[in-house]
Amino acid sequence: MSMNMLLQRESLLSDSGSRWFLSLLAIATAAVFIGNVFIPEGSALHVDTYTVTLFGKYLCLALLALSVDVIWGYCGILSLGHGAFFALGGYGMGMYLMRQIGDRGVYGNPLLPDFMVFLDWQELPWFWHGFDQFWFAMIMVALIPGLLAFVFGWLAFRSRVTGVYLSIMTQALTYALLLSFFRNEMGFGGNNGLTDFKDILGFDLQADNTRISLFVISAAVLAFAYLLSRSIFLSKFGRVIISIRDAEARTRFLGYKTENYKVWLFVYSAILAAIAGALYVPQVGIINPGEFAPLNSIEVVVWVAVGGRGTLYGAILGAILVNFAKTRFTGIFPEAWLFALGGLFVFVTIFLPKGVVGFFSERKNKKQNNKAENVAEANS
Amino acid sequence: MSALDSLRETWRRDQVWPALIDDKKVNVDKDIILYIEDLSVSFDGFKALNNLNLYVNDGELRCVIGANGAGKTTFMDVITGKTPCDSGSAYFGQTINLLDKTESEVAELGIGRKFQKPTIFEALDVYSNLELALKANKSIITTLFSTLSGEQKTRIEEVLTIIGLKDQYQLLAGSLSHGQKQWLEIGMLLVADPRLLLVDEPVAGMTAQETEHTAELLTSLAGERTVVVVEHDMEFVRSIAKHVTVLDQGSVLAEGSMDEIQNNSDVRRVYLGEE
Repeated sequence: MSMNMLLQRESLLSDSGSRWFLSLLAIATAAVFIGNVFIPEGSALHVDTYTVTLFGKYLCLALLALSVDVIWGYCGILSLGHGAFFALGGYGMGMYLMRQIGDRGVYGNPLLPDFMVFLDWQELPWFWHGFDQFWFAMIMVALIPGLLAFVFGWLAFRSRVTGVYLSIMTQALTYALLLSFFRNEMGFGGNNGLTDFKDILGFDLQADNTRISLFVISAAVLAFAYLLSRSIFLSKFGRVIISIRDAEARTRFLGYKTENYKVWLFVYSAILAAIAGALYVPQVGIINPGEFAPLNSIEVVVWVAVGGRGTLYGAILGAILVNFAKTRFTGIFPEAWLFALGGLFVFVTIFLPKGVVGFFSERKNKKQNNKAENVAEANS
Repeated sequence: MSALDSLRETWRRDQVWPALIDDKKVNVDKDIILYIEDLSVSFDGFKALNNLNLYVNDGELRCVIGANGAGKTTFMDVITGKTPCDSGSAYFGQTINLLDKTESEVAELGIGRKFQKPTIFEALDVYSNLELALKANKSIITTLFSTLSGEQKTRIEEVLTIIGLKDQYQLLAGSLSHGQKQWLEIGMLLVADPRLLLVDEPVAGMTAQETEHTAELLTSLAGERTVVVVEHDMEFVRSIAKHVTVLDQGSVLAEGSMDEIQNNSDVRRVYLGEE
């Protein structure tokens, strides 16, 4: 009876884009690792620790871009507030690092971080307890942003807020957090944020070995997050998400509770962003309310658009490309960077609507079609 | 005294306890599957439905016709949970109140709906479109780890044969022709195995041959399922319908066989535009 249909479903590594991306990431990570650890200083192939940290930073931002692509590229929810989850994750890590300073701070208080001594606080606020334990801090890094995303998503998606209204609300969310984290009374170091970190899990943060380890860990987490996200989107769950993006009403009439699907994808995406923030902070050495700035979140969307949305690796590529350009450009001509970024966004929207990745895959398709036509002509 | 009254009210013999009703299974003891009584909906003062009363028998094929704005689509929106109504009641079988259900709950009860404009998932292939529509547990965790059982695959293949898309099952749904998209959406209804199908203008944009094919399919479905078709195409309605309901300005104008309807003077005046 059965017609034995062999549906060609993609598997985890079946597309060339995934294989390319993962090999490239592995090779680049290995090259930086070898160049930093085994090749002596002075050699042309040596990678200095400053560069290692810079690349580590790019990888964290790439993970942030991945989290935005998960929600925007696949579910069509344009979040302009993912910087908030990134910064909250960063604060979680920052609180752990602050507690690790101990009595080595300027004021030498064994319990209170410097800024609390400066504000003349007598005891540790309740929400700072437990952050001297690494495991506790790491749970909070995922839990707090996840919870915020759940509450926000539950309220927004259940009320069927979509489109620009949702985007504006996410901007308001990150802006509200920016304003509250600026206040000293919040207990997160106010304007200055958290900085002057000494060590992580007993390893000196300034040491070369710690730096290169953080870089390698960032690369590994990025690869893992990529594979996890890809396997989610290859499942039936992923197909439901795409259906919601393209025809939400239809999906509802098929019996799917679309708001629940959106909430859980939003939470997943927020946790990815938070992990990115937690990896970012020990490498840059500071976290302050500036990370909540609405502009930061908008920049992430530009990275994803430049790379090409809905492919996961496109977002990662876009984040690395734009940030690399930003580093070079701000070095040469700092005032013009924002104009260049704006120009880039306009250029991409008009000439590369599917981003860099989309441009290349279209060219590849064209080539294949031409080849097929040539073969057909030769045969006829 | 008033306490005694409310106690008596509570123990009335015809009192119904909603919590005790098994509302997973539709009760059609009286051979009627859809009860719509005094339903009214207004948008900014415009009465889209005005005391609509309509009963659909179990297993029948019912056509609903009416001029634009007569309330055909609104009536479907209300019973599928898309649009809230102002007053009235809508019951699925004798026990299930449709008005307090959401769209996804209505779908779970076994009511399938086809939209006026073909609405399919263009970025997915034909097979996946049907897979998503399958009758299955639609909670998140189950969906995340679900694989197709042999039985489900067979069901999808059966439906692919019925809707004539057997050779196109790997194509992206977005690349199908308009008629094929209509068919795919009908297929998505079939694969879900619904008890009641609400079909909104199924033959819009179809060729004569496709229309004929659709008519055959809808007629064959009636019997074990109940089908309600909203349609403009009188030729098509004539070819499938035994029982026709004419809506006008949000309420029922006439009901009966096609011949009765066409000879009804009210209908001729309002719908066919005759004086």
